[in-house]
Amino acid sequence: MLTFTIRRLLLAIPTLLFISLVIFLLVDFAPGSPMSQIPLTVPPEVRLKIIEAMGANEPIFVRYLLWLKQFFYVEPLVLIDSIFGSSYSQGMQRIVSWQSRSPVMDIIVERMPQTLTVVGSAYVIGVIIAVPIGIYSAYRQYSWFDQLGTFIAMIGFSVPTFFTGVVLILVFSVNLGWFPSIYNTSLKVTDWDSFMLQVKQMAMPVAVLALYNASQISRYMRSSMLDNLAQDYVRTARAKGMSERVVVLKHVLRNSLIPVVTVIALGIPTIFGGAIITEQVFKVNGLGALLINAIQGSDLPMVQTLTFIFAVLIVMFNLIADVLYGMLDPRIRYD
Amino acid sequence: MTDTSVIEKPRSQWADVWSQFKTHKGAVAALTVFVLLILFVTIGPFIWTVDPSYINPNGAEMIRTRNKPPSWQFPLGTDQLGRDMLARMMKGGQVSIAVGMVAMLISIFLGTLVGVTAGYFKRLDGPLMRLTDLFLALPLLPLLLVMVMLFRDPLARAMGPESGTFLLIVFAIGVTSWMQAARIVRGEVLALKEREFVLAARSIGTPSRRMILRHILPNVVSPIMVSATLGIASAIITESALSFLGLGFPPDFPTWGRLLFDGVDYIQQYPERVIWPGVAISLTVLSVNYIGDGLRDALDPRIRGR
Amino acid sequence: MKLKTALLGAAATLAFAPAAFAERGADGNVKVLYSQAVSIMNAYLSSGTKDVEVGSLVLEPLAGFDQDGNVIPRLVTEIPSVENGGISEDLTTITWKITPGLVWSDGTPFTSADAVFSYQYCTDPAGGCAQAARYEGIEKVEAIDELTVKITWTAPKPNPFTAFVGGTSPILQAAQFANCLGAAAPTCTEQNFKPIGTGPFMVTDFKVNDVVELAANPNYRDPAKPAFATMTVKGGGDAAGAARAVMETGEFDYAWNTQINPELQVQMEKGGKGQFVSAFGTLVERIEMNLTNPSPDLPEGERSTAAHPHPFLSDLRVRKALSMAIDRALLVEVGYGNAGQPTCNLVPAPATFASPNTDCIAQDMDGAKALLDEAGWTVGANGIREKDGKPLKILYQTSVNAVRQDFQALIKGWWNELGVDVELKSIDGGVYFGGDPGSPDTFQKFYADVEMYANNFDGTDPEPYLAQYLCDKAPSPANGWQGENVNRFCDPAYDALVAELAATRDMDKRGEIAIRLNEMLTKDSYVIVPLVHRGRLSAHSTTLGGVVLNTWDSELWNASDWFRIK
Repeated sequence: MLTFTIRRLLLAIPTLLFISLVIFLLVDFAPGSPMSQIPLTVPPEVRLKIIEAMGANEPIFVRYLLWLKQFFYVEPLVLIDSIFGSSYSQGMQRIVSWQSRSPVMDIIVERMPQTLTVVGSAYVIGVIIAVPIGIYSAYRQYSWFDQLGTFIAMIGFSVPTFFTGVVLILVFSVNLGWFPSIYNTSLKVTDWDSFMLQVKQMAMPVAVLALYNASQISRYMRSSMLDNLAQDYVRTARAKGMSERVVVLKHVLRNSLIPVVTVIALGIPTIFGGAIITEQVFKVNGLGALLINAIQGSDLPMVQTLTFIFAVLIVMFNLIADVLYGMLDPRIRYD
Repeated sequence: MTDTSVIEKPRSQWADVWSQFKTHKGAVAALTVFVLLILFVTIGPFIWTVDPSYINPNGAEMIRTRNKPPSWQFPLGTDQLGRDMLARMMKGGQVSIAVGMVAMLISIFLGTLVGVTAGYFKRLDGPLMRLTDLFLALPLLPLLLVMVMLFRDPLARAMGPESGTFLLIVFAIGVTSWMQAARIVRGEVLALKEREFVLAARSIGTPSRRMILRHILPNVVSPIMVSATLGIASAIITESALSFLGLGFPPDFPTWGRLLFDGVDYIQQYPERVIWPGVAISLTVLSVNYIGDGLRDALDPRIRGR
Repeated sequence: MKLKTALLGAAATLAFAPAAFAERGADGNVKVLYSQAVSIMNAYLSSGTKDVEVGSLVLEPLAGFDQDGNVIPRLVTEIPSVENGGISEDLTTITWKITPGLVWSDGTPFTSADAVFSYQYCTDPAGGCAQAARYEGIEKVEAIDELTVKITWTAPKPNPFTAFVGGTSPILQAAQFANCLGAAAPTCTEQNFKPIGTGPFMVTDFKVNDVVELAANPNYRDPAKPAFATMTVKGGGDAAGAARAVMETGEFDYAWNTQINPELQVQMEKGGKGQFVSAFGTLVERIEMNLTNPSPDLPEGERSTAAHPHPFLSDLRVRKALSMAIDRALLVEVGYGNAGQPTCNLVPAPATFASPNTDCIAQDMDGAKALLDEAGWTVGANGIREKDGKPLKILYQTSVNAVRQDFQALIKGWWNELGVDVELKSIDGGVYFGGDPGSPDTFQKFYADVEMYANNFDGTDPEPYLAQYLCDKAPSPANGWQGENVNRFCDPAYDALVAELAATRDMDKRGEIAIRLNEMLTKDSYVIVPLVHRGRLSAHSTTLGGVVLNTWDSELWNASDWFRIK
């Protein structure tokens, strides 16, 4: 398993480089240009000057190589500098966003906290809700609990977040006035009161996202449990006189986790990708809002950097999932 | 279930499946609902013959008939331009159900193909999973913009604007949503491959094709079913996002997703505007889910025997 | 420290005299919501309205515009004119006199050197200044003495109020931006996010595309202002959400550009928590007619170019009929409510330049049908008009926007009634306005028969705006599809009249010529079919006082006068 992991990690480097190239070409090739952000009142010759100053009219391979250098050489140096107070990166050009003319990495770091607290906790809550519901729904298939769970899950999945978000705002902010409809990113949690404010402002976006995540995961959990509950080894275990608790939670659950692990491993990177619509509805302004803004404004350095970090996470977590498969089912061998 | 003392005519497997399916109350109810929905969107427009995009060219009349609540003249009310909601729901359903089903089939087909191949053939696992990683990492919006830019006009010229757009949309949604199914199926296949019955089948020299079709595929049906149900919902919603970005059907062409999206602006004044498409989408997804449940039970010989 | 003293002082005064609100920092915090978040505070590096407007809280120009479009002094003692000698008789120079004793928020004196520096900053060829147009035609900018700035133009300038006037050409502090000239401009992140200014507020915290935290400038020139000690400018979301936060939940005091459907406006106002304010500038939603053939059968490079005239839109009668079939009042009622007015003009304001033409307001379906009959388009088999066997079929494109899609549907209905087959198309704004020469869907390429969007002009002088419709400003493959003469309109008489406008100094005469030019494009030729004169619609809470909406300058132009109604 260790050699497998090392081999996969080494293999990940060329894979990621290739992915970065494909992303770069794709984003560059996509129609749309940073000019769409410039009002029509600005004359064409001034527009061209602005584009030139951004460096957006350089040949594509020059820009790609420059980005590679900045991402893999300059930015790590900046990180080292900021940790040790050294000055290796002095005078080097960092990856700079076309929209705000500021270093992309700084903005990403600035956006991390709200994204992780809102989208991250929504994911964790989603998983915590979904797994027990999935298990119990499968164990008592077609009971009223299962039917209700199915119903809610399907509603949660088929009603999009732009709709649930607005409904929650209308009910809880406009009518009841319990929660704020706008997320305050400057709020610092220092004492109990500010903590309560933080909880309040997180309540609605987290609820919307958690419902969506839980719907999906609970369906996979349930179906996988159902498959395994019908297997022969379950009958054997029961026949041996094992308690239901041990049969269900130890034998069946462990064998049912493979698809759930896959789904969760695919889901965790999306936490870093943010939740585009929910963030927009509640003005969380996390990484999702950053990405969609950058895409709309054709802010290539920003899109490229964000998507690449996202790609790294995807590759990492898929590797983790593969390793977990081996632990859940020792028969799975990769060598 | 069958009385063993009477010798019956041997029944085909599909008759067995059907009789098992019939015992699943939820599935039968869901099938009924689904058939009704299909009838609503296909036969409906022949009975209710109002033009879904008709706007009264007389301004005063238009103002008088806009934003109407449900009535005999407009059973589901009218929208902000006085268009009949019932006719729009029917027309929109045709597209949404078709897009949802076809895009789901494409994505499930691709996902299962990639997943089974990667899980079963060790040599293909690496390349195929890296391909999956690539697709997962690609930013969706630029990808769709590029696809639309490249293929919309040629397709529209070859097949007419509507079927060209339809093909482009289902293809775009299918091609960008198969990855999750592929990862899940692969994970299952990896585990299945080591199970006793597979080893047994392999030891008697079953060829790979038969192994996959007879032994592997039937055992990954349940996660595929779940992906399929979830896939329909997300395809319908994605279609609305596409038209919202100007990448889908022409702007006056109703679809459920789009009606829902447009309705959100009017949710406070005319909540029924979001309720109709919301209920329709949820009903479709719910019924497909239950049909899927029933089918899975009916296809599983262990359950069928009970 | 001064701020704290002021706060304490304010608290003390309040204890004795509750009515005394004219004290700096007495009213606490004010929250402003921009549905597009702010990315930078330096207007020279971003032309986005949101960036310019929020930047104007900190960075100020020498003079600004008031809500009626008049030039008002900000950092100067008076507005230069020919009468007071500030503008030379031949209109080639303008001299600004800076108010003595002005200081930056860091306490250093504000001098003419800062203005000269700002000019250099924006005109540096490597800087990519977004507001370079404000400094066009300048020969030199000199500091005559500490408090006098003189601008010399290369030619007589009838409208000299471009440089250093309005939120789009503010003064930067020379000391702070000294190392940020030219190519170095984008690297000055700290300066661009937290510029030192003379405005009522200064930045305390800046989160890109998210939130700007500001505090009252302790050195602001009016010791009693601003009334608010701090300001929060949050960004993100959409217009409806922004309106809701002010009008329904009351979380915010002011929301920018809350363009929502008229019915929702009415319903939200009933809540009594806030009110909408609207003001009209020069923004006009219009339909542009393509005079060249956009047929996809033509080879790439010839499509939508002057080489092939449009098969039917080149006929004035067809264009006029299409315009006559439109009920503009209804469009306003459905789409904009109080924030729109039907118009027939490309230049709807200021009054001197606006044509009195209202011919198009009344819908005339029968007249339009008669006109098409006259042009030889007869109603064919399935109700679609045809001529020489060719159907009258129009592709009508615009950007994605709920109101525009409603307009498309309504206008399609009317044109169908005329017997015109209409196909609608909506394009993502980023692509449509992106001007990417590789994309077929930009508004400049105009691969459609008609298209709809809104445009306006900067400031109060329409000359550059009208000059966009010169023959040689037509987008074509030769110029990389740049330019805003999207119709490919070309009339030598028009070109000559634009040249005459550029040479005319007398204001009334300029107005006459501008009105003529406007009518040549609209009433005479129907190349441009204006639909709605769109206003700016913003919302403020009932507890926020002093709000005066201004469309000629930054919307936050008088934030220093805002106060809390108690």
